[in-house]
Amino acid sequence: MNIHEFQAKQLFAQFGVPVPNGKEIKTPLAAEKWAEKLNAPVYVVKAQIHAGGRGKAGGVKITKNRAEVPGLARELLGKTLVTHQTGPKGRKVRRLLIEEGAGIAKELYLSLLVDRDSGWPLFIASTEGGMEIEEIAAHQPEKVLREPIDPAVGFQGYNGRNLAFGLGLPGLEPTIMGPFITMLGNLYRLFMEKHASMVEINPLVITTDKRLVALDGKVSFDDNALFKHADVQAMRDLHEEEPLEIEATTNNLNYVKLDGNIGCMVNGAGLAMATMDVIKLAGSEPANFLDVGGGATKETVAAGFRILLKDRNVKGIFINIFGGIVRCERIAHGVIDAAKEVDIKLPVVVRLQGTNAEEGRKLLLESGLKVDVATDLWEAAQKIVALTGKKRKKAAAA
Amino acid sequence: MSILVNKATRVVVQGITGKEGSFHATQCKAYGTQVVAGVTPGKAGQEVEGIPVFNTVRDAVKKTQCDTSLIFVPPPFAADAILEAADAGIRLVICITEGIPVNDMVKVKRALHGRDVRLIGPNCPGIITADECKIGIMPGFIHKKGRVGVISRSGTLTYEAVNQLTTLGLGETTCVGIGGDPIIGTGYIDLLTMFEKDPETEAVVMIGEIGGDAEDRAAAYIKRNIRKPVIGFIAGITAPPGRRMGHAGAIITGGKGTAVEKMASLAAAGVIVVRNPAEIGKTVQAALSPRCTV
Repeated sequence: MNIHEFQAKQLFAQFGVPVPNGKEIKTPLAAEKWAEKLNAPVYVVKAQIHAGGRGKAGGVKITKNRAEVPGLARELLGKTLVTHQTGPKGRKVRRLLIEEGAGIAKELYLSLLVDRDSGWPLFIASTEGGMEIEEIAAHQPEKVLREPIDPAVGFQGYNGRNLAFGLGLPGLEPTIMGPFITMLGNLYRLFMEKHASMVEINPLVITTDKRLVALDGKVSFDDNALFKHADVQAMRDLHEEEPLEIEATTNNLNYVKLDGNIGCMVNGAGLAMATMDVIKLAGSEPANFLDVGGGATKETVAAGFRILLKDRNVKGIFINIFGGIVRCERIAHGVIDAAKEVDIKLPVVVRLQGTNAEEGRKLLLESGLKVDVATDLWEAAQKIVALTGKKRKKAAAA
Repeated sequence: MSILVNKATRVVVQGITGKEGSFHATQCKAYGTQVVAGVTPGKAGQEVEGIPVFNTVRDAVKKTQCDTSLIFVPPPFAADAILEAADAGIRLVICITEGIPVNDMVKVKRALHGRDVRLIGPNCPGIITADECKIGIMPGFIHKKGRVGVISRSGTLTYEAVNQLTTLGLGETTCVGIGGDPIIGTGYIDLLTMFEKDPETEAVVMIGEIGGDAEDRAAAYIKRNIRKPVIGFIAGITAPPGRRMGHAGAIITGGKGTAVEKMASLAAAGVIVVRNPAEIGKTVQAALSPRCTV
């Protein structure tokens, strides 16, 4: 789960990581009042959306003139920002973070995540703050510092010294050493206590008046640990999520919307990805990832159908089930029930394999539904692509 | 021969009185696995399909000499269950549970380090040695004793591959689901080494997916150490970056961990990369046919 920058900074403040004085703002009037209270030499007005690249897209405004703040807020609120991470549709700005600007002497990069190979938490730091870390890693790999933290004992002073000396902090600003190491320990505590999956501060700045400040902040959380943290769950912003994905989650389905036009419904994440791949190999593009899970029932299949049909891009549906614990005849019943409930006009190909596959296929064939039934994965993929391909040509001709 | 488990393996099922635990313990036993004990705290003295239930894994080990554990405990308690098994002297822990917090697994993995216990999973379908023993949730009937070892991060996609191998008459030795989580107990490399040493295994199928770099590291290892043919498939060539595709570990981050990248690493290491998941079986058949010079 992702959160907004202003929420990340609230968490930082709570854990003793220094942030600029700032506040979440939803109206120009609130912006005016807050600017008055803040009374800073420089004001920064930042659009709050769950996507990077806001600066380049015009989502961050800076002014020295307090009177301009409400106008800038009015300009950004309600605007749709298109960044390299939002996709062409962009995201609507519903809230802002307005904070005091800082005089920047040096920009650093800092993040914390779990290294999948070792299974240890890992700090990543660089003197090249402000740039994306992938960029630094690609062009100046020697400027990327890595400090693994032994989870048995947690963050230690030497971890902090390794990073501080590695970044050359004594040469940059000797008085920052102590606060920097304390901040690292606090970030580690936040990371472990709140079950974060990633914390990133880019840039972490040394100000002209020799303070250390997290100028930006990004925190994401482990979905599997949300049950432990009601406060983290409360930070979820449903506006930032795809409506169909929210509907899927409430039905215990795992759904990711994509841009193609063959809707697919599969049991198991790996097979679901492989099914998407096979659609592409057969010459089309998948409209989604949808895993109905190991315990798929009639109800989940019906819910899956409803979600697939709400996606206007979907021109055909491919159901691929490998029955293990899930029995194919139950899936067949689910398809038949769903077809009664929601009038399905699109071509549907159902491929059943594994436990009770034959029984399931027989049920579908005898149901009177206009569905194609298949046994082989490749044959099924080609079938659905052929069926939807024809449709598209017709539409183009008309 | 086979790897990790066989007819002699003695299994304890942790969480045996739960819905999933009791169902799968029964299924495993029906397949021929020696399921000798179950554990649910507070339910000692009960039986599940003739399998005695104990309060602790320690009691189960003492009374039944079980050496392998199969875990169905819910996510909030699964880390505790893995550590309990390790402390009781279990040598192989297979954790099926999906949804364990990553930071819990970080601590578990650290605690198991250097100890004489192997963890498979979590978030995996388990292990099966065809026609000998099934310790997991896979459908037993699609497996047939044969020539191919299987290592996979996925569940149903593994069944797909196995079904192709069985249908073509190739059959399997042992199939191991290593799990779809970012932190797992055992990776490709250890298992590839075991399959390389197993005289009955003639080829290995490895099924990977987007996220992380386990397949790239395996590729480097295969190039130097594995002589048997390895057939690889990577799921998720159509997966968008930054999105989690069902499995907690299946996510492309910072442009890293893409299917294309992994396929390239594997191909460069001499692995036969299959692009169409419907052709895994056929590709293995070709690799094992005497005329083929792989």
